[in-house]
Amino acid sequence: MSDLKPLSLYVPEPEFRPGDKPDFSDVPIPQAGAAPKPEIDVEAGDIRDLAYTIIRVMNRDGEAVGPWADLLSDDQIKEGLEDMLRVRAFDARMQMAQRQGKTSFYMQALGEEAIACAFSKATEPGDMNFPTYRQQGLLLSTDYPMVDMMNQIYSNAADPLMGRQLPIMYSSKENGFFTISGNLATQFIQGVGWAMASAIKGDTKIAASWIGDGSTAESDFHSALVFASTYRAPVVMNIVNNQWAISTYQGIARGKAATFASRGLGFGIPALRVDGNDYLAVYAVSKWAVERARAGHGPTLIEHVTYRVGAHSTSDDPSAYRPKEESDAWPLGDPVERLKNHLIKRGVWSEAQHVQAREMIETEVAEAQKLAEKNGTLHDGPHSTPASMFEDVYKEMPLHLRRQRQEAGV
Amino acid sequence: MARMTMIQAIRSAMDNAMERDDNVVVFGEDVGFFGGVFRCTQGLQQKYGPHRCFDSPINESGIVGAAIGMAAYGIRPCVEIQFADYVYPGYDQIASEASRIRYRSNNDFTVPMVVRMPTGGGIFGGQTHSQSPEALFAHISGIKTVIPSNPYDAKGMLIASIEDDDPVMFLEPKRLYNGPFDGHHDRPVTPWSKHELGDVPEDHYTVPLGKAAIRREGEEVTILAYGTMVYVAETAAKETGVDAEIIDLRTILPLDMETIEASVRKTGRCVIVHEATKTCGFGAELMSIVMEACFYHLEAPIIRVTGYDTPYPHAHEWDYFPGPKRVGDALKKVMEAA
Repeated sequence: MSDLKPLSLYVPEPEFRPGDKPDFSDVPIPQAGAAPKPEIDVEAGDIRDLAYTIIRVMNRDGEAVGPWADLLSDDQIKEGLEDMLRVRAFDARMQMAQRQGKTSFYMQALGEEAIACAFSKATEPGDMNFPTYRQQGLLLSTDYPMVDMMNQIYSNAADPLMGRQLPIMYSSKENGFFTISGNLATQFIQGVGWAMASAIKGDTKIAASWIGDGSTAESDFHSALVFASTYRAPVVMNIVNNQWAISTYQGIARGKAATFASRGLGFGIPALRVDGNDYLAVYAVSKWAVERARAGHGPTLIEHVTYRVGAHSTSDDPSAYRPKEESDAWPLGDPVERLKNHLIKRGVWSEAQHVQAREMIETEVAEAQKLAEKNGTLHDGPHSTPASMFEDVYKEMPLHLRRQRQEAGV
Repeated sequence: MARMTMIQAIRSAMDNAMERDDNVVVFGEDVGFFGGVFRCTQGLQQKYGPHRCFDSPINESGIVGAAIGMAAYGIRPCVEIQFADYVYPGYDQIASEASRIRYRSNNDFTVPMVVRMPTGGGIFGGQTHSQSPEALFAHISGIKTVIPSNPYDAKGMLIASIEDDDPVMFLEPKRLYNGPFDGHHDRPVTPWSKHELGDVPEDHYTVPLGKAAIRREGEEVTILAYGTMVYVAETAAKETGVDAEIIDLRTILPLDMETIEASVRKTGRCVIVHEATKTCGFGAELMSIVMEACFYHLEAPIIRVTGYDTPYPHAHEWDYFPGPKRVGDALKKVMEAA
């Protein structure tokens, strides 16, 4: 008989399940302004602490404090707030449109609006994002026509992607938005490759890769970090840690590591963890990383700490796996409220102006929706022609596809 | 014109392509300073610099994924996977990404990328250096799959692949690198210097993708083959005396269906030969195409001669390999049928 104790498998569990009272009081939230701001040519090993803390700019009183503050003008901050309001209004409309049967699927960014909206302002025209499915803020904070996004969601006759892609899988080279795959993590290494090409050509453009907390477990995440590290690619690698990968809490992908950001340190990649619900902090950290990449100092890994307030998608019901109250208990607050309070604190905004701005944006979104619906919706059509289904598989249609199109009689 | 091995021809193709277009970059495992384990990229780093030809980490999803990003940027990566057997970690990037980016973005982004890989057996490489995964690529819409059988085609088709605006899987039959192997492993190797298709122009030229070549004209039976099996088929035809028409497919997708169909309509018989495993191998597709288009012209059931549905066995390489004896038996059998 062996006297060895039998092994047992450890399976991590989130702290709270439906029915539990969520309490995040033991989650350490560092003070705004406390994190130092390094030079952009810093070595990863010299800023290890930034991979474990949370860089924050706005304090509880709505003031912007510390070395990462004071980068944006009043007007730029107002624009940022309006961008986030636009994402929220757009999401609400499209979520409703899906419920009304006008499309098959939708994904909101509720609670995460600050990340894509602020990051977008840190880049320059010509830079390229390799987004996941929750970065609509990248497009909604540029001049990309909202109505084209809706046309895509409806797969209608004016869909720029000809009805070929699942709703919200936009593509716009002109607006620095790489075609969304729908497969996870594949784009993370592609962004590194794009950045390598920019460096090979002696260009000045940089790339930004995006990934969620859950997908960091994919091997492509590792591939991306290896290539970015080896070739010092001019790329900003964004992890959006919104705590939930559908029903799987972030601890399943994170394992024993203290943070997702810390994964960068083993690759010698500077890693920063930022309050993803703090527009000013996201902007400042993104700007730092973008400048670092453009100056030829190589990649940066950013973990944006946030919370997915909405369901994963319209096909998901989070009440089955997490307490309903969890998002309210989440200690980093609401990004829109926080930036609004900051603008009020600056003396350049008011509750009345906020209501007015929100209503204006809601009208803008509603009008875009009307225009889009003139081009059709998923179930009622019209759509692109069925014959177009055979086009663009290749640059020139090969014989076997020509024959299949003929058989299809379209 | 120079006498070249297939390795030299492939190197010459990349050299010409890199010289003509500084958007062409080459990378992969061991391809930089050393020039690749089969030496296909030898001298390219020295000539074009480390930013045009460089070593990559051992990470196939990274190699293909980075190449996709580069191609989306607007340059033309031509990457090497050290053995086709190692492509699988990069397969998701090929099957889910490279193949669909043009389609899903409605031409907003494209992937003019070539993934080169040595394929097939015959060098005692065992199960991890002998596989023929072409059917796994042919099953994917949106990529092209090329398998040249000689130095002339290898160079012309590699340049055509690099200049192509769609992703191309370029499979190089490694047993053909140094000579046209006829399947008789116990006989001396014929070098490419003794074969007319070893005559290769040193300058730029292309051989179009999607066009088969008739290697031997014949009246009695059509043999569909590609890569190493083209020479095995030639040997089998010679040894049996069957007047076979041998079609070297060269590109398996897009497939030159018209050449295949015209030949089978003429001969009324068809034997399909490949080294890859049988079940769902590309031969299954070829057989279906011939049945759909030529059934009323057939005088005998179509026969497939392929690798067996086992892993590639090290010690039993020559029992596994579909050599001239097995192909010859198939030719006799297809001729015996009424």
